[in-house]
Amino acid sequence: MASLAAQRESEYLTPTRQRVTGLVFLGLAAAIWLIFSRSTEAGLITTFKLVPGGIESNLPDWQMPTLMTLNLLAIACAFLGGVQMVRGFGRRTNLVLAIVSALFIFGFLVWAAADKSMNLTGLLNTALSMAVPITLGAFSGVLCERAGVVNIAIEGMMLAAAMVGALVGSISGSLWVGLFSAVLTGALLGLVHAILSIKYLTDQIISGTVINIFAGGMTAFISSKFMQINQSLNDPGIFKPIEIPLLSEIPIFGPILFDNNIFVYAMFIFMVVLHIGLFHTRWGLRMRSVGEHPKAADTLGINVFRTRYMAVILGGMMAGFAGAYFTLGSVGRFDEFMTAGRGFIGLAAMIFGNWTPFGSFGAGLLFGFSDSLASKVAILGVQIPSQLLGMAPYVVTMIVLAGVVGRGQMPAADGQPYVKE
Amino acid sequence: MSEKQEPKKKGASEILLEEINGKSSGGSSSRRKLGQTLAIPVLAIFSGLVLGAIIIAVTSEGVYTAWAQSPLAAFGAAWEEVRIAYTALFTGSIGDPARIIAALQSGDSLEIRRAFNPFLESLVASTPYIFGSLAVALGFRAGLFNIGVEGQLFIGAIFAAFVGYSITGLPAIIHIPLAILAGALGGAIWGFIPGWLKVKTGGHEVINTIMLNFIAFRISDWLLSGPMRRPDSFNPVSPTIQESAMLPRFFESPIRFHLGFFLALVAAWLVYWLLFRTKWGFDLRSVGANPNAARYAGMSILGTTVLAMSLSGALAGLAGTNEVLGLNHNLAMAFSSGYGFDSIALALLGKSHPLGVVLAALLFGTLRNGATRMMVVAQVPIDIITVLQALILVFIAAPAIIRTIYRLREPEAEEEGVTIRGWGGD
Repeated sequence: MASLAAQRESEYLTPTRQRVTGLVFLGLAAAIWLIFSRSTEAGLITTFKLVPGGIESNLPDWQMPTLMTLNLLAIACAFLGGVQMVRGFGRRTNLVLAIVSALFIFGFLVWAAADKSMNLTGLLNTALSMAVPITLGAFSGVLCERAGVVNIAIEGMMLAAAMVGALVGSISGSLWVGLFSAVLTGALLGLVHAILSIKYLTDQIISGTVINIFAGGMTAFISSKFMQINQSLNDPGIFKPIEIPLLSEIPIFGPILFDNNIFVYAMFIFMVVLHIGLFHTRWGLRMRSVGEHPKAADTLGINVFRTRYMAVILGGMMAGFAGAYFTLGSVGRFDEFMTAGRGFIGLAAMIFGNWTPFGSFGAGLLFGFSDSLASKVAILGVQIPSQLLGMAPYVVTMIVLAGVVGRGQMPAADGQPYVKE
Repeated sequence: MSEKQEPKKKGASEILLEEINGKSSGGSSSRRKLGQTLAIPVLAIFSGLVLGAIIIAVTSEGVYTAWAQSPLAAFGAAWEEVRIAYTALFTGSIGDPARIIAALQSGDSLEIRRAFNPFLESLVASTPYIFGSLAVALGFRAGLFNIGVEGQLFIGAIFAAFVGYSITGLPAIIHIPLAILAGALGGAIWGFIPGWLKVKTGGHEVINTIMLNFIAFRISDWLLSGPMRRPDSFNPVSPTIQESAMLPRFFESPIRFHLGFFLALVAAWLVYWLLFRTKWGFDLRSVGANPNAARYAGMSILGTTVLAMSLSGALAGLAGTNEVLGLNHNLAMAFSSGYGFDSIALALLGKSHPLGVVLAALLFGTLRNGATRMMVVAQVPIDIITVLQALILVFIAAPAIIRTIYRLREPEAEEEGVTIRGWGGD
């Protein structure tokens, strides 16, 4: 492990990568300066509302002079870029990258809301709820891929679970029964994926594609055969937000974090549990060893097949839980293809988050944020088509994947079937 | 044209056998080998249809009402349900045999055309599948998993539609090839990007093509909501393309059978020729089979991968071009109903061989076309075809299941399934 850490260290410190990252920082600084500052008239004021709509509070609005804020942000980015070019931030490069990106996004918000007011809390609240399915989907990917099984079937598992959750929830009249059956659906499809890719040695990407095609067809079939005709089969209701006393009173963060439904709380709990489980327990060590070097793990007496089956089924359950969010946590109804590619974005969030739970959550939050931003910007009447803004996460994922800003460490045996000799 | 292709196709089928069996087929045993080769796909399709019938039966309310009387009545009801559905599937896709015979005897040319319309419509439905699955197959041969056919198809369609409606005053003989080339170019650009990224940065093409799919959808949504929207319309639809850019149709109005089908066959033949008759095709297959060996043999991994991905994208772009120039005559939002993902299934079913791919695409175009009638007659939602497709694909991807069910012998040579290397760059 020590050598691995050293290798990562050296990878971040390569002069080329350091300069490229520095150039990216400087480029963002220049973008703030050239695009935002230059198009802003002096004397405009940006206003951010800090209270979500519908709640009474005496918290004042947050106001700032637009041009000066933008210039300060540009200088801050340029300074960080300069330091990166000259000295480099070493292991903290990714953290600084996150800071610079956040400054850039904040600059964009300040510019977009110049002479207007924008509800910052509302924006963050929407971002968090949009991040939930993406993050949970990414957790599903982490579970599978840490054990060495690629799972591109997250999308299909989510879709099937969303449908089953709505259907069973409506029939039984109980949200919890619906949620349970959704998780079970995910587990079942996870089992199929495991059998195909572990027992029959089917290529894991093909096996995942099969599940995606099957889930798409089957949910659309059952939906148009039963659920669209008989509306009572498609009316499960949704889990209501639970306000946590005291914590939800905290200004700004209280209403964002502590007034949500169980899916949001579960996401945070899973994140911590998964992190501890993966990196601080024997179970996690075994799972990661199977994903890194199955042969060595086998030699040490770890049952590679059982570990992988467990991981993929758990991953399926996680994807099932993520799918239930769509019907039982947000919309309250199943629509055909309602997951709309969130499973694939979850996969991207997993890669972006470097196969770790915390990273996945961060990436999920970023994707959720850009989704919510795209919808808000349309309201503000900014001269950027919301569709083009919506592309940003995909472009960023491709850039990250290309290793421009420090390449991730994926499990070494990811995607390789294990054949016992 | 068809006379010219005949001898070549025989060559193709021989090569298909050699490819799959891993040996050159001798004259005497070639018939037995053909049986072995076809056994898995045929049994997979058969098993898929049986499972589809079970799904139709267990989701039909008539069967459950009959179950209240007796299990036997339920079985009869299920049989009847499935019979009606599959009959409708057949008449909807091939045509009603009785009607065809009656039309031929009456000699009325209009009646004959009408009787054959379901069949011709099946060919129309197959055409984008042929292009799309050729794209995936070409990628597979080079060891690349092009999951981005859907996006390449959209970009190709955007290019073709733009050339189709914006240029006026060209004769058809120039305008049509120009629009087709534009469509191919659009797809090729969208295929070039992940190919180049894979070679240069090691970024896996599966993730990159998925991302490019989403980017392509957003681009097309944006273009259709603004720059490319028909000026007099509030709907997100592009202007109708010029008449000089429309692919010619062979019959009068209700029959939509157009030149695109033959272009797809030509494309299939070209892919076959490229893969099996040129040095570049040999390089491509070598890189796909074993990139390290190919590198030691002095082949250019970079050039081959990038070119293969671009060509694959071009073929996918042609699938979109075909729909715009031949069928819809405009570009609408989300006009493709998942051709990209279906094409992956078809390329696998056709064992990534142009001939196999054409047959698989014809099968699914036919099923999909017939499913429309099945939906009307038997109230079976059209999505059952997607389910069938997934089931058949399971059996193709895991032939051991088929062998277990039907107690087939293990193949003599170690059967190499389609494999794509994992996320790793190399």
